[in-house]
Amino acid sequence: MDTMTTILQPDHATIPGVSKPAKSRAARRVHGLSDRTIAWLFVAPTIALLLAINIFPLIWMIRLSFTNLNLSMSYLPLRFVGLDNFSDILNDEDVWLRLQTTAQFVISSVALQVVVGFGLALLINRQFRGHSFWTTIILLPMMLSPAVVGNFWTLLLQPQIGPFNHLISLFTGVPPSSFSMTGQVSLAPWTIVLVDTWMWAPYVMLICLAGLRSIPDYIYEAAEVDRASAWRQFWSITLPMTVPFLMLAVLFRAIENFKMFDMVNLLTSGGPGSTTELVSISLKRAAFEKWRTGYSSALAIILFVTVFGAANIYVKTLNKVKQR
Amino acid sequence: MTTAATKSTAHSIVEASPRAKAFASGLVILYAVITILPLLWIVATAFKSQSDAIAYPPKVIFEPTLEGYVNLFTVRTRQTPDFIAKLPPPQTWYDKLVRQRDMVIAGPSKVVPRFVNSLIIGFGSTFLAVFLGTLAAYAFSRFRIPLADDLLFFILSTRMMPPVAVAIPIYLMYRQLNLTDTRLGMILLYTAVNVSLAVWLLKGFIDEIPREYEEAALVDGYTRLQALRKVVLPQAVTGIAATAIFCLIFSWNEYAFAVLLTSGEAQTMPPFIPFIIGEGGQDWPAVAAATTLFVVPIVMFTVLLRKHLLRGITFGAVRK
Repeated sequence: MDTMTTILQPDHATIPGVSKPAKSRAARRVHGLSDRTIAWLFVAPTIALLLAINIFPLIWMIRLSFTNLNLSMSYLPLRFVGLDNFSDILNDEDVWLRLQTTAQFVISSVALQVVVGFGLALLINRQFRGHSFWTTIILLPMMLSPAVVGNFWTLLLQPQIGPFNHLISLFTGVPPSSFSMTGQVSLAPWTIVLVDTWMWAPYVMLICLAGLRSIPDYIYEAAEVDRASAWRQFWSITLPMTVPFLMLAVLFRAIENFKMFDMVNLLTSGGPGSTTELVSISLKRAAFEKWRTGYSSALAIILFVTVFGAANIYVKTLNKVKQR
Repeated sequence: MTTAATKSTAHSIVEASPRAKAFASGLVILYAVITILPLLWIVATAFKSQSDAIAYPPKVIFEPTLEGYVNLFTVRTRQTPDFIAKLPPPQTWYDKLVRQRDMVIAGPSKVVPRFVNSLIIGFGSTFLAVFLGTLAAYAFSRFRIPLADDLLFFILSTRMMPPVAVAIPIYLMYRQLNLTDTRLGMILLYTAVNVSLAVWLLKGFIDEIPREYEEAALVDGYTRLQALRKVVLPQAVTGIAATAIFCLIFSWNEYAFAVLLTSGEAQTMPPFIPFIIGEGGQDWPAVAAATTLFVVPIVMFTVLLRKHLLRGITFGAVRK
């Protein structure tokens, strides 16, 4: 039982009548609030907080996205410019380049994390002695603050004083100060992928492990009886039955990396030039350095819509995994 | 009969062969060692002297010193050796350490107030998020709420938003409300982010508590609120604790909001650590010391949370 994954049961609340046994309803109302009142009292504060901190500002931002507001020039009269900000963004080649950089980062980091994470999960699933201890060690990076991670990797990756280049030089013979992981146009995009994978491959691993453990033993036993090869078992049983879990991990990582800001901001701050300038970093520059509030609100809304769409798919996948 | 059965499982694919196990454990241990090296390097750097920390080639073996930690907690000024010679003898070990570098301690650094900010904002937002989350999760778990699925999706989707994009209107709103760079502002913001995780996780935990317990209590004449307090909450303690730790970790680690919305008064550790400056750039031993102190609680929490980790990172969808 311990090694099996139990998936949450479908919502009880959808079964009519279960939450309110008719017999005692009247009696309860005498010395307490009705269930209906309690339900609303309990849910309302959360909804109110989210409306105040998320939705109200969002609506305000939508309004601002149609204006020319620039906080560094707030003496200018506020003017409604219609869809100008949006057309500026969509016609701006730089924005498309940032989106391309972001897409490359998302695709390569998630792909690498899937390979490493799934590989590790397959190995750990063999349940060798001490696997639980080593799993915990492997999980540590993903629990750390991305900002702190980005910051200390800049020390590790310094060409002269950092250990990384010396370690590479030890295996390849390339002189350690001949390349810079964060300062070279050809390497920097791979550096952020590398550090992100160091941090998040364990995430994919943990979810895949749950997927592997959800496969009942008898399926493999049946395959053994049918003399299916290990290779065949992997392709016909292991992989297809882990795919929903893998999808969950991929979607979540893709969303998180699409909005990546903290780790990369500290590791390369978008440089050298703009080779690692992800869309969030670009947004931060427009909003908090150039103070182009109207323009950046429009860009933020475009990102919102994208993430919202992805989140929608994520929740659907989540529910699918739940029902298994 | 029983021996035959045991024998057959021993050879089945379910239980890997000893050789396969040895191979797997070798690779996994290798990966674990490589993955932990960067962290060990930082812990070691915290015990290096300034010159050892930036030595070329990097030093693996060095004479440990507490200079990094002393530098982290103090502000120092450089003085001439003559001036230092005229001073009364050093009172403490750290005075002595600093004077060896021709410096005197001018006062405490800002690290303690930043650490305190991290603690206050972390615990404040965690308490609020778990409190609100427990109520909402109980309601979603036990009552029929119209549009429950849509509300739950709405609650989760707020967490998916890019923080930099969220920060733009929050910055404007907080400026109007005088909440910029205040602990209260940060607590409210982190509560809003954490409450979505809290609702989803706690709903999962409360769903697992059989409702027969409450029904029995209700029949015995308890009100809903009494049943919640005396029957459900004691059963949900583990889940609430795990949720609280997840919320605490988020607030503790958060950087984007902190760097964009705070500059002094309410600044937490993550935006502060990269800017621990010595003479000529980052003071790496002090940065490493701060990183070590900052990461230790996270390592402890990870070990504590190990059993619930999977739930936490999937918003309660997958559990072991």
